[in-house]
Amino acid sequence: MTTTEAARPDQPAAPEAIVAVPVRHPGRWVAAVILVVLAAMFVHGLVTNPAWKWDTVGQYLFSGQVLDGLLVTIELTLLAMVIGVVLGIVVAVMRLSTNPIVSGIAWLYAWFFRGTPVLVQIVFWSFIGLLYRYPGLGIPFGPTFVYFDANQLIPVFVGATLGLGLNEAAYMSEIVRAGILSVDSGQTEAAEALGMTRMKVLRRIVLPQAMRIIIPPTGNEVISMLKTTSLVTIVAIHDLFGVVQFIYGNNFQQIPLLVVASIWYLVLTSVLSVGQYYIERRYSRGAVQVREQGWLSRMMAQRRAEMR
Amino acid sequence: MTAPMVQAEGVHKRFGRLEVLKGINLEVRPREVMCVIGPSGSGKSTFLRCINHLEKIDAGKLWVDGELVGYRQRGDKLYELRDREVAAKRQEIGMVFQRFNLFPHMSAVDNIAEAPVNVRGENRATARARATELLEQVGLADKRDAYPRELSGGQQQRVAIARALAMRPKLMLFDEPTSALDPELVGDVLTVMRQLAEDGMTMVVVTHEMGFAREVGDSLVFMDGGVIVEKGKPRDVISDPQHERTKSFLAKVL
Repeated sequence: MTTTEAARPDQPAAPEAIVAVPVRHPGRWVAAVILVVLAAMFVHGLVTNPAWKWDTVGQYLFSGQVLDGLLVTIELTLLAMVIGVVLGIVVAVMRLSTNPIVSGIAWLYAWFFRGTPVLVQIVFWSFIGLLYRYPGLGIPFGPTFVYFDANQLIPVFVGATLGLGLNEAAYMSEIVRAGILSVDSGQTEAAEALGMTRMKVLRRIVLPQAMRIIIPPTGNEVISMLKTTSLVTIVAIHDLFGVVQFIYGNNFQQIPLLVVASIWYLVLTSVLSVGQYYIERRYSRGAVQVREQGWLSRMMAQRRAEMR
Repeated sequence: MTAPMVQAEGVHKRFGRLEVLKGINLEVRPREVMCVIGPSGSGKSTFLRCINHLEKIDAGKLWVDGELVGYRQRGDKLYELRDREVAAKRQEIGMVFQRFNLFPHMSAVDNIAEAPVNVRGENRATARARATELLEQVGLADKRDAYPRELSGGQQQRVAIARALAMRPKLMLFDEPTSALDPELVGDVLTVMRQLAEDGMTMVVVTHEMGFAREVGDSLVFMDGGVIVEKGKPRDVISDPQHERTKSFLAKVL
């Protein structure tokens, strides 16, 4: 500290470093040993217990059927999230509207879709044809010009996607709303004072700043959605879990096939986590010092710091 | 006499039950620098915000450059302006805030070029070139690519002034521009404002800087309790206040 040195020039430059016996933590050692033994037992079981049937796992991990199911899972996740994010932003903006009817409807939407189980909604949307057999386009309460066949308009896949997406939009709307509210009102004022219209303020100033708050929970939502898609097996869609169920329904190799599914879910969530890190970094510009290092080197640096 | 840049006639503003402005009458001429002083809660910032319609007035009339603020008059009827029309008028009025309100997700140069590009539709390269010139003008040429959080309060406020100037406004509003600054940073911001005044900008400045008001201001307005208590030449008001309230306020701040 230069100031104290300047104030007291007679002081020695640097005092001797402290040498002391550190506090011992026997409890930590005991816990570590117990955990290592348990982990060793588990790994031993993985290798020696023949019921895992690793050869069967290997046989199915890259099989065409499983990869097809994987693709369906990815498609469902993507589509449902796109519906969820876009509709979520719309509902959030509606919720913040000064028009009581608009904000009331947004509130009702979130209330309804958050209040019913997503599994029920998936099944419900797949059976929507029972409710509206021939939906049409026309004047409300007046004549109808075109009719559709609901079973063709909304096949199960679309129904399941809608169920997942509409439900997701309800959650996303709350996340987006929290993000928008987190932006200081001075930002809106400054932008309006520059002559921006309200839409432009939202698009150029408020949403980009809200993204910092919105992205981490949205990352959670994507990962959660990836796993929630497994519910669509109930309406006989062959997603990853559906395919696996189908296969072990025939060959009775439940455990190895569930391991196959779990491996793929883990791979996908890991990829998503890395993606989330980069998107977060993109939107934290100006908010925190931008780190030039990549994700891996940062992890390594952190580990090194902890080891010391 | 030229037409006034700002004209207020019996302007009233209420927040719920609280009447903040109780009939403001004043005129700001082109090229005039008007300083507004007064205790907190006197309504001076609210009045400033009424001028660019950030606050809606409840009664009275307010004109900027001969045009009614926030409304269109046809016959005896007033029609509220649309969002787009209000925005168009705000483009010609620059505003500087106490808390700077720079956009934290953009670098200094992008803060300044944002409105010219996305409101006026100017070419990005031209707008950025002019933003760089403006940064030079406020003495921050080397901070072109810095983000707001990397700048001191005084630097942020100078970028904010440059951001407002980028729209080539005919009127600049300053809402306590130095109140959130550390004392040693105030000078740089005042220097920029002084230069702006010398270049002939019309300015309304809500401030506590008596020295600035005396040396740069053409007129001084003292507000208290939602009314204008006293106005005149800064030197006269400061050295020879006519009203008791002005006297006691000046005794506290000088």
